[in-house]
Amino acid sequence: MTGLKRKDILGLKDMSTEEMDLILHTAETMKDIMKRPIKKLPTLRGKSFVTLFYENSTRTAKSFEIAGKYLSADVTGIAIASSSVAKGETLKDTARNLEVMGIDAVVMRHPAGGAPHFLAERLKCSVINAGDGMHEHPTQGLLDMMTIREKKGSFKGLKVAIVGDIFHSRVARSNVYGLAKYGADIWLAGPSTMLPQGFEDMGVHVTTRVEEAMEGADVVNVLRLQLERQEKGLFPSVPEYHKFWGVNPARLKLAKTDALLMHPGPMNRGVEISTAVADGDQSVILEQVTNGVAVRMAILYLLLGGGDAA
Amino acid sequence: MTMLIRNGRLVDPASGVDRTADILVENGRIKAIGQGLPEVGAQVIDASGKVVAPGFIDIHVHFRTPGQEYKEDIRSGTAAAVRGGFVGVACMPNTNPVIDNVTVVNYVLQKVAAEALCRVWPTGAITKNSKGEQLAEAGDMKEAGIVAITDDGRPVENPETMRQAMIYAHQFGLLVMDHAQDKQLTGDGAMHFGKVSSYLGLKGIPSVSEELHVARDILLSLETGARVHIQHVSSKTTVDLIRWGKQMGAKVTCEATPHHFTLTDEIVLEMNYSTNTKMNPPVRTEADRQAILAGLADGTIDIIATDHAPHHFDEKEVEYQYAAFGITGLETAVGLTVDRLVKQGVITLEQMIRLMSTRPAELIGVPVPALKEGAAADITILDLDRTWKVEAAEMVSKSKNSPFIGWELTGRPYATIVGGALRMQDMKVVTE
Repeated sequence: MTGLKRKDILGLKDMSTEEMDLILHTAETMKDIMKRPIKKLPTLRGKSFVTLFYENSTRTAKSFEIAGKYLSADVTGIAIASSSVAKGETLKDTARNLEVMGIDAVVMRHPAGGAPHFLAERLKCSVINAGDGMHEHPTQGLLDMMTIREKKGSFKGLKVAIVGDIFHSRVARSNVYGLAKYGADIWLAGPSTMLPQGFEDMGVHVTTRVEEAMEGADVVNVLRLQLERQEKGLFPSVPEYHKFWGVNPARLKLAKTDALLMHPGPMNRGVEISTAVADGDQSVILEQVTNGVAVRMAILYLLLGGGDAA
Repeated sequence: MTMLIRNGRLVDPASGVDRTADILVENGRIKAIGQGLPEVGAQVIDASGKVVAPGFIDIHVHFRTPGQEYKEDIRSGTAAAVRGGFVGVACMPNTNPVIDNVTVVNYVLQKVAAEALCRVWPTGAITKNSKGEQLAEAGDMKEAGIVAITDDGRPVENPETMRQAMIYAHQFGLLVMDHAQDKQLTGDGAMHFGKVSSYLGLKGIPSVSEELHVARDILLSLETGARVHIQHVSSKTTVDLIRWGKQMGAKVTCEATPHHFTLTDEIVLEMNYSTNTKMNPPVRTEADRQAILAGLADGTIDIIATDHAPHHFDEKEVEYQYAAFGITGLETAVGLTVDRLVKQGVITLEQMIRLMSTRPAELIGVPVPALKEGAAADITILDLDRTWKVEAAEMVSKSKNSPFIGWELTGRPYATIVGGALRMQDMKVVTE
């Protein structure tokens, strides 16, 4: 097993299937390690990285930290209120200061699309995108793909419905960019005010009718609805949203009986997803979280660890 | 002091001139045009194989004076202008303080008298402090020397304020330069709203944010009779609206920038979020670009202007969302116009000269540069066949925020003569 021949993980749009295969394969090995009684490998001993989060996050930041600790890396978490971005130290200065402290990677979440690309051009160390604005969230995309592949074997020809606020969703974009390369049949469904432009050109189906997207689906991935979108006039009310686009038991019946039900979290129960569905037999939401640690272990290992197999 | 421009191809469509001849300049004016004029005692400029045109004028530049001289000042801005082949510019009033009263106008004109390498005509704000509320003293500022009023950079939102501003400007014969943008629709968008912004996850600026104000202000122009000049058109519908407005008899004119006729939103993808692709209005789709080309060809678009918007390196060396809007344009405009429009057959050389010299001067009511005896010696000499590379190190603007750095272009200005003084030769600024 050799490492990835790249410095940074910025998105799945520019990642090959060979690279994604390598990450997903390595993540399976990492998942086995997570099941051991002693969950600690010396692989990244002496390596260090920071999680630099300009937006609130619990799951992703902690998932990276735990992944790093399982591999014996030294992890430092830095949370910066996004409100101080404009007036305080520039992103470039913050990151350069961290770099000269000797770190090997910056894991960054940032509210502005392209911020990790900006940083990657200016730092010698690795940059891992933990979500940039409404652009990409590549580790989420990969953990979703890992979850799908574990259950379904492959992606080719699978009908994958992604439901909700597609327009603002970096999770949706990374899923589309990754899954499209493997020939999945991707359907994006949500209210017309929350659908993106241009994805039809990639062979993706875009519809306002959630039933059309979910009909015969192998995978249903439900996106979190940010409730502040209501104030901006993108949807009139939570009950109306739930009525037309919420994933409930009746709608889930439209999908295949063995369809997977996914959600990147955190969930708004009773809004984009019903509790009966979220906690139902088809839900793999918690496995996604486990796989998130495995995928992040794999990426850290492949970027920072280099050569030998675990 | 005399100057002899020898053996150039003189092209001045407004004067009906297209022939090879010499121009003798004396005391800042064209003294004689003819064959084999004497060069005794004169500074000789060999224009063989080159085009001698009436001087180019850019009616849309930001020279950041007063208040933001770290980006550009009158000296560096006019250096960029003459290097780019321009003999005169109109500078925008979105300075600090805003050019909204005679005191600030006079300050700018003092700086111009002391530092400028070319002609500079200030414009004034439409409203006090450009807040879109009370009208600024347009009459007083006109007497002091402004050539137009404009809300460039800070659009007048209230249609009633804009209507009264037009009625008021009209009595003084002042042109209203209109930065058409609905701020509600623009929001905090950073690039054109469309497929590419969707892929890149950047917030978008929809075309309708411009079109809504263009439609509004054409209708207000029809109602008030005022002359309205739509700045930096960026969309197909804007071009269509202006074509319609002209047919309806509105006194509406407009400009296109070299970046809007050259680039599309794909450039943000190609340049990997380079903030030198961020400008307002943004470059849009190929269909929009084609409509701008058609508008330039058929005369719907009256002039070419640069919207030269210098910004400090630090203001661009940040995340795309937080970067300042705007790119420099003076030093690349002629090259892009020759390379992208004339060489491609979109417009003729004669059209280029009308778009960059004759019409801009007419719009702002300044003496129209002309190749005829007795006219002021404001002359731009072009080398249409010279291929060159745009180099940041050679730029003389204080700011280098151009997406065209590294581009190879065919055609560039060869010399700039302002009031009989040689200000640029072979793209090197001449200060003495």
